[in-house]
Amino acid sequence: MSLLDLKNVSLSFAGSRVLDNVDFSVPAGKIVSLIGPNGAGKTSLFNCITGFYKPQQGSISLAGTETVKLKPHQVTRLGIARTFQNVRLFREMSVLENVMSGQHGRTSAGVVDAILRLPRQRREEAAIRGVAEECLTFVGITEGWGREATTLPYGWQRRVEIARALATKPRLLLLDEPAAGLTSGEKEELIDLIRRIRTERDVCVLLIEHDTGLVMRLSERISVLDHGVMIAEGTPKEIQSNPKVIEAYLGVEEDSLDL
Amino acid sequence: MAQLPERPSAWGGLSAILDTPTKQWTVTAVLLAAMVALPFVTDGYITVIVTHALLYVVLALGLNIVVGYAGLLDLGFAAFFAVGAYTVGITTQYFGLNFWLALPLAVVFASIAGIIIGTPTLRLRSDYLAIVTLGFGEIVRLTARNLRETGGASGIRGIESPWIFGYHVQSNIDFYFVFLILAVLGIIVSVRLANSRLGRAWLYVRHDEDAAEAMGIDRVRVKLAAYVVGAIYGSIGGAFFAANLGAISPESFSFRQSVEILMVVILGGIGKIPGVVLGAFIVILAPEFLRGVGDLRYFIFAVGLLLIMLFRPSGIWPARSKR
Repeated sequence: MSLLDLKNVSLSFAGSRVLDNVDFSVPAGKIVSLIGPNGAGKTSLFNCITGFYKPQQGSISLAGTETVKLKPHQVTRLGIARTFQNVRLFREMSVLENVMSGQHGRTSAGVVDAILRLPRQRREEAAIRGVAEECLTFVGITEGWGREATTLPYGWQRRVEIARALATKPRLLLLDEPAAGLTSGEKEELIDLIRRIRTERDVCVLLIEHDTGLVMRLSERISVLDHGVMIAEGTPKEIQSNPKVIEAYLGVEEDSLDL
Repeated sequence: MAQLPERPSAWGGLSAILDTPTKQWTVTAVLLAAMVALPFVTDGYITVIVTHALLYVVLALGLNIVVGYAGLLDLGFAAFFAVGAYTVGITTQYFGLNFWLALPLAVVFASIAGIIIGTPTLRLRSDYLAIVTLGFGEIVRLTARNLRETGGASGIRGIESPWIFGYHVQSNIDFYFVFLILAVLGIIVSVRLANSRLGRAWLYVRHDEDAAEAMGIDRVRVKLAAYVVGAIYGSIGGAFFAANLGAISPESFSFRQSVEILMVVILGGIGKIPGVVLGAFIVILAPEFLRGVGDLRYFIFAVGLLLIMLFRPSGIWPARSKR
């Protein structure tokens, strides 16, 4: 039973085809990686799944619910959370406030509640804060919650972004190059964190990643995208020996993939 | 890591100086006492111009929610001010409605106006939004100018001032206190909104719309809420403005008026409540105190504004004392 299902998804911008009849699925309870050379369409695929891009054809569904027609915030409320390739935390806001944003779609207080500060609103605020604190603690950030988020060291910002995504209480978490720019020590922590997200929170993880070593160690399934076409799908072992994958990579950058 | 600075709050640098509740309450109490005593220790002229400044505090707090919190440039804010004033003018004059019944109607009409203008336009980028709101402001003013119901160019006269529990609110000092109460309420509401789920959503959307949407925030809805809350502030200001003057005319709601309110917000410091309050006092009081120098006062005022924007581009109010 797969959690996320893409069928015949095609996306074009101004006549050029970015995604070409992509079939793709994420099985429930798995850590899945999406790899492929630069410009293969990986982030575009993420944007289709999260509702930011509207594919011209095909269907995308989360646990049977069609998402193509939904707006990004509705997709998030359905249970898909994401991080961005370039960390995009909210400027001039604290770490805690950044993570609290994830609870917006799960809560309901409006103008009148804010003005009157009734017990219901205060309970909700406390609950939002509680979720944010729990998510921050989970990703290993236990201090500096009042700091302006964008002043944190880069590796921390990445983890705050993951905490923020977790605060939306997703069923599926999309990570766009989560290891980019991290030190090798931080990468080890990231591997551990992603595994814990899956096992302790029961959240499926789909990641785009260029660090092949990390992908091979972490993933249970790997899909390979090249020029908008899904060219291979399988276990890390199968992918490593797939001639099409080797060709796709060797054609682009020879040293980047030590298969 | 514990000593690192907190993020800037709606209070700006003030939170660094007034770091304990005792200090905050002391300063608040002293300021409030001074404001209450003011009309009794100064002459009637000062009372009237400070009343006008307090009206601007209310209007600017409303615009601050739109521009400061939600980051939507609105060049036609006077339209909501006009809707409030004209609703009270028309319903009390022609339909004999009591002021206190006209007031909620003014709020409802301004909200509807906010939704009508906001729904199609809030999907636009901010520069387009600025043009649309500018047009909206002019439409409202020209409509008021040309309709028979709104009294045309001469407007509406003889609007009766309200009664509160058998007391007729009519003197300048009475209205001074009305606007003081409105300003204080306006500040409390602004502070509470800033520290709420919705207030945070405004900031998220302002800083990064895509990331906000990815967090499950409906950006159009959140922006519309800011627009409507701003409209309500404007309409309440307008309703009491009409009751205070007893007469309104289209020229009170010109583009110049919108710009003046926007100037208060930008001058004081976008998004910073004490800055907005200070800005209202400067924009209204400075030209009055410069009356001694005749027409030169506009020149001096303009140079002063330019200097402030040059040296404090993010407003007079300090963003943070230390970083």
